[in-house]
Amino acid sequence: MKPFFHLGRYFMLMGRVFSKPQKAAVYWRQIIHEINNIGITSLPIVAIISVFMGGIITIQAAFGFTSPLVPLYAVGFTTRESILLEFSPTIVCLILAGKVGSNIASEIGSMRITEQIDALEIMGVNSAGYLIFPKIAAAVIIFPFLIAISMFLGIWGGYFMGVAAGACSSYEYIFGIQAFFEPWKLYYSFTKVLVFAYLITSVSSYFGYYTNGGALEVGKSSTNAVVYSSILILLFGLILTNLFLNQ
Amino acid sequence: MIEIKHLNKTFGDRHVVKDVSFTFYPGKTNLIIGESGCGKTTILKLMVGLHQLDSGNIIYDGRDFPILDAVGKQDIRQQIGMLFQAGALFDSQTVEENVRFPLDMFTNLSREEKDERVNFCLSKVKLEGRNHLYPAELSGGMKKRAALARAIANNPKYLFCDEPNSGLDPKTSIIIDTLIKDLTEEFNMTTIIITHDMNSVVEIGENIMFIYKGENWWTGNKTNILQRTNEELFNFVFASDFMKSIFTAANQSINLHHK
Repeated sequence: MKPFFHLGRYFMLMGRVFSKPQKAAVYWRQIIHEINNIGITSLPIVAIISVFMGGIITIQAAFGFTSPLVPLYAVGFTTRESILLEFSPTIVCLILAGKVGSNIASEIGSMRITEQIDALEIMGVNSAGYLIFPKIAAAVIIFPFLIAISMFLGIWGGYFMGVAAGACSSYEYIFGIQAFFEPWKLYYSFTKVLVFAYLITSVSSYFGYYTNGGALEVGKSSTNAVVYSSILILLFGLILTNLFLNQ
Repeated sequence: MIEIKHLNKTFGDRHVVKDVSFTFYPGKTNLIIGESGCGKTTILKLMVGLHQLDSGNIIYDGRDFPILDAVGKQDIRQQIGMLFQAGALFDSQTVEENVRFPLDMFTNLSREEKDERVNFCLSKVKLEGRNHLYPAELSGGMKKRAALARAIANNPKYLFCDEPNSGLDPKTSIIIDTLIKDLTEEFNMTTIIITHDMNSVVEIGENIMFIYKGENWWTGNKTNILQRTNEELFNFVFASDFMKSIFTAANQSINLHHK
């Protein structure tokens, strides 16, 4: 890897992506299509993972709090904090980097090797803008909703599984998830989500757009998209956490 | 009309296109022929701006394409229709959506007018009633025809075809060739076809450039290409010993007849 070469090429590509849309109506239609493609189709996996992870966090928290000095409502409190601050914004976005990122890179990569991108260019279409901008816009629009759903399902998954497993009582859990709630933490979480949505779609699109060769290279682009998106999610997660929470 | 003058292109230390000049005329099927790897597709990609040329001029009706600004280039590109070797249809769109795409992007036609134009183009390539099929559901020949319909949807002045009948059987190849020739004459387009298919050459070659090792080796048309005036061209046209023997036998027969 040549980091400065890729960084320069990435920013040049983004320059083309964010240039004035040639036909707003066509772009808008593409955004709607991508909202479905990127967001709605990811809902089942996000829902399943969130419910189960909520349950696991709750049971693990109850298992860890053995001291009589720790009140049992701390189980609900811990589950809420874990889900709102880290699980839903970061871990779910890492999972989406795998699902959405590989999908975007392989889709655009396949279009590159089958000359569909050349066809767009020859028609006079800004291929980068037409293909990538709607994906970024769709992710930035739909990811916060997906993560909000993940948060909701995670916390309620914790409730149902925690109570069913006898890890805590219903009253204590409900009390715990309401205790010491600071709304600004949601601002921090959703800021992370917006940054991650942009990173996943733009980095994956970059690797797809510059695919060169055949099916093997499409696979490599897809892998690179997931690997680099995941690393950048963790890096920017650390930076944002330091900015927001390190006082 | 498109004129190319002294085109040169190198990839690393390989000089792929060497000082190629030629004129492509409107209303005619202009062919670039040559063996695989001789630089035909590179010339085509230089002409549409997919590759940057090292030196030379590509003049579209008086406008030198390489030195135009982005707006000028886009203006010319919107007058270009291109048929790719594998069709390059958009996989996620139906045949109708593919043909409609340039109309959506570059015209302000009403929905009804676009429908009318799409159906007109599909009827021209004999794909009526296939509007809602996806590219994966089409045969090779149908993909080429759908791509041709998309290429002509926006009334292009220039039509580029990169090996339009590769991978097709001889009968379907002739259908595609005839279709391109008819459309070229009907819409008075400047059509440039890259091919190494000799059937195409003798069927529709009205203005031919033979490329050999990146150079313009011979120019002519389908009637004089069969005259043995150039060793490399002869070897290209009659690649197999079988074809050479037929040609020699035919020549002997003609000579005997004249005597």
